[in-house]
Amino acid sequence: MAHAQGQQHAAQGQQHAHAQGQQHPIGIYLKIWGLLFVLSALSYAVDYFHFQGYQRWFLIIVFMLLKAGLIVAVFMHMMWERLALMYAILVPTLLLMVLVGIGALEADYTFFTRGVFFVKQLL
Amino acid sequence: MAQAHPTDTLEPAPLPEGVQGIVSDWSSDQRAFKNVPWGKAMMWIFLLSDTFIFSSFLISYMTVRMSTTEPWPNVSEVFALTLFGQKIPLILIAIMTFILISSSGTMAMAVKFGYEKNRRMTFILLLITAALGATFVGMQAFEWTKLIEDGVRPWGNPMGAAQFGSSFFMITGFHGTHVSIGVIFLIIVAIKVIRGDLDHERPGFLTGRKGNYEIVETMGLYWHFVDLVWVFIFAVFYLW
Repeated sequence: MAHAQGQQHAAQGQQHAHAQGQQHPIGIYLKIWGLLFVLSALSYAVDYFHFQGYQRWFLIIVFMLLKAGLIVAVFMHMMWERLALMYAILVPTLLLMVLVGIGALEADYTFFTRGVFFVKQLL
Repeated sequence: MAQAHPTDTLEPAPLPEGVQGIVSDWSSDQRAFKNVPWGKAMMWIFLLSDTFIFSSFLISYMTVRMSTTEPWPNVSEVFALTLFGQKIPLILIAIMTFILISSSGTMAMAVKFGYEKNRRMTFILLLITAALGATFVGMQAFEWTKLIEDGVRPWGNPMGAAQFGSSFFMITGFHGTHVSIGVIFLIIVAIKVIRGDLDHERPGFLTGRKGNYEIVETMGLYWHFVDLVWVFIFAVFYLW
């Protein structure tokens, strides 16, 4: 990305130049805002037009991840940060997928044992 | 501002990029997060811990929903509203989503104008953000009222699986609390901006830290995070 950090608007602050300040043209925020609107409308459309099954899941998750990515990357300025910060925040978050997996396994097993229990009650 | 950055006195050697950069940042003295004010690094770490809190809620919701033998209430219908004589599914939630995204947009612009020291625009945009946030909380209160009137309770509901109520109140309640706290802090930051506390480096009432426009960006990180959490809630709770 060609948006230079900090010094771009250094006119007001040469004496205490703020290398840390994240300054980017307003256009990029407006574009991302528009994109987020479109993506939200699309995910609402998934429900409105009654997509079902894997198609529904695929679309919901794709739109969700795209929106999350745009917010973190641009609005939260993550794409302009150094890799040290990026990895410190994003890698632990990815580890949550393990917890999702464990939860799903556990839920399947609970569902199965409940099924067995209720069927036995019926007999 | 007045903190002594090494950049103020001498030209520092350019920091290495890529994997080399990670290694050198993390193995360097004093601070691993270069070019980031400590307030921002701390906010990121707080947000990471908050991510784990919300993930625990969402994952436990997934677990109870997958394991229940009762049918789950039809979310699309539960949150439908009758507008202009037509029943539109999930419309309230869609409007809430658009409101929160818009507040994120105005927040991002407030941060930009803050670093440009444009006091008036920053103030106005922060207030718009707070107003949109308050609207969101208001709509959530309306939604809660409607559901409670329909007989939804944390321990059961007339539409199906009992876990629906507990998940709903827990997840949206925690998120709504985050939004409410955000609105309060937005108003505080907006007042600091318009009074010129940040321009004149006046110490804050709580920490005594000198005021500067980094707090607008830190505030922004929190606010975008609230929006981010809603993206996940919207997808897995309302669209599943």
